[in-house]
Amino acid sequence: MLISAAFYILSAIAIISALMVVAAKNPVHSVLFLVLTFFTTAGLFVLIGAEYLAMLLVVVYVGAVMVLFLFVVMMLDIDFVELKQGFTRYLPLGAGVAITLFAMFILVSNTRIAVNIGAGDLASPTPSTDIANNAEAIGKILYTDYILFFQLAGLVLFVAMIGAIVLTLRHRDNVKRQNVTKQVGRPRAEGVELMDPKSGEGVAL
Amino acid sequence: MRDLVEQFGPLWGSVLGIAQILGFAILLLLTLAFILLFDRKVWAAVMMRKGPNVVGPFGLFQSFADFLKFVFKEIVIPAAANKTVFVIAPILTLVLAFITWAVVPLAPGWVISDMNVGILYLLAISSLGVYGIIMGGWASNSKYPFLGALRSAAQMVSYEVSIGFVIVTVLLLVGSLNLTQIVNHQSAGLWDWHGFSFIGALLHGGSPIKIAMAFVTGIIMFMMMWIFFISALAETNRPPFDLPEAESELVAGYQVEYSATLYLLFMVGEYLNIVLMCAMISILFLGGWNLPWGEVTNPYIGFLVLYTKIWFVFFLFAMVKAFVPRYRYDQLMRIGWKVFLPTTLVAVAVVGANVTFFGG
Repeated sequence: MLISAAFYILSAIAIISALMVVAAKNPVHSVLFLVLTFFTTAGLFVLIGAEYLAMLLVVVYVGAVMVLFLFVVMMLDIDFVELKQGFTRYLPLGAGVAITLFAMFILVSNTRIAVNIGAGDLASPTPSTDIANNAEAIGKILYTDYILFFQLAGLVLFVAMIGAIVLTLRHRDNVKRQNVTKQVGRPRAEGVELMDPKSGEGVAL
Repeated sequence: MRDLVEQFGPLWGSVLGIAQILGFAILLLLTLAFILLFDRKVWAAVMMRKGPNVVGPFGLFQSFADFLKFVFKEIVIPAAANKTVFVIAPILTLVLAFITWAVVPLAPGWVISDMNVGILYLLAISSLGVYGIIMGGWASNSKYPFLGALRSAAQMVSYEVSIGFVIVTVLLLVGSLNLTQIVNHQSAGLWDWHGFSFIGALLHGGSPIKIAMAFVTGIIMFMMMWIFFISALAETNRPPFDLPEAESELVAGYQVEYSATLYLLFMVGEYLNIVLMCAMISILFLGGWNLPWGEVTNPYIGFLVLYTKIWFVFFLFAMVKAFVPRYRYDQLMRIGWKVFLPTTLVAVAVVGANVTFFGG
């Protein structure tokens, strides 16, 4: 009873906030609603017993990706009036994409039930929750049968990261930079000099 | 909570569960009231002042007086502010600070939710804490809070990375994401606590190379404890990394426009996070509820031991506040990204190798 109540509350919030992502006038509000959608989806994951996935969803998407989104959206100087224009022009295209996606969604969920994949058809069956908990089960599959794809995904991300650094890193010569090692390694004798000035004469620099 | 429902039925089980959570929250708030006072007293003692000493004996009720003052003041919301987000931001900070405590075990068997992925939950929820700050800074609709929010957000995001890697080293040693199991892994005594396991490495024996590897791992874990400590200072915006509200140089960060109860919520959330970090250090590196000479099975004694450890770690936090000068912002970023991140990455590799080839 408690679980189904939690399910209905979470999915209602998820659907409403997903709608608000598109409907909200202010882009920052849209991003915040998207965060709420992700968060409630993580809650749904917990309800079906996939707590590891739920936590990863929150750590990666909500904690990292959406923070960057929020940064970008907040920094932009957005003209709200301009954003609202062209709604009717893009409506047929948008509706087409939405209908296609929805049809695919229905098709996939129907085939899944019709084919009825047995445990033996899978490359590596999910261990029962009695034997291994969530994190262990995912780790065992990810690091054995799917190690190639896992590492390839890592490589793709790595290349993307290097690409971003190469694109943004610019060495300019006329910029003053500090060399921290040099600063920290400076001996006392170089930095401070004790003077004993005579009265009325001062120090010759 | 599931045990309670199974034991007392759905109605009374839920009522008892909620009562448990309420009791925990009250305990946390009371601890917070006195830890705030303790913070100020330690700070005062280092400066040879008396600190708050007017309200109640030795100023013991100072925090409650402050609380009343905050609550009875007027909440000022700037005219151009985004009102909903402006009010939600501090509430979010407080709620997130509270719900992280759900997985923290206080004594053997005393935990609200004994999750399998407890430590991931902690990481997940604490990575959300940055939203309260960004939302607060943005909703104020003023340049100073906005810049302050960006400053704090960048700081929190940077240090989360090294905290994550330090936690990974502990997880590798324990082989579990469950906080209770992490504590139980350190039950033998001080020499097996993760922070001091280099002593245990010499005691446990084995082949010379195994001893050497275990000793190196132990030294690394000792370093990891201090990196976690320093990162925790930065993550919770404590001095010497309190750049978000550096009162002598900058305007007070994301909370410039906040007043009265809304400000109080921000502050309570921040201090709850500090106490959480103290608890995390105690649990991950200082043996949790175990005594230095052996295991504790009695929950009452265990609770007292862990509570004492939390206060001790907080004492260290307070001492750092008293005598370390504030860092410059670029130095803060440099330590986070160029020193802690590579160090912890190497540490993860070495500890992982030790666990794989020598079984921890």
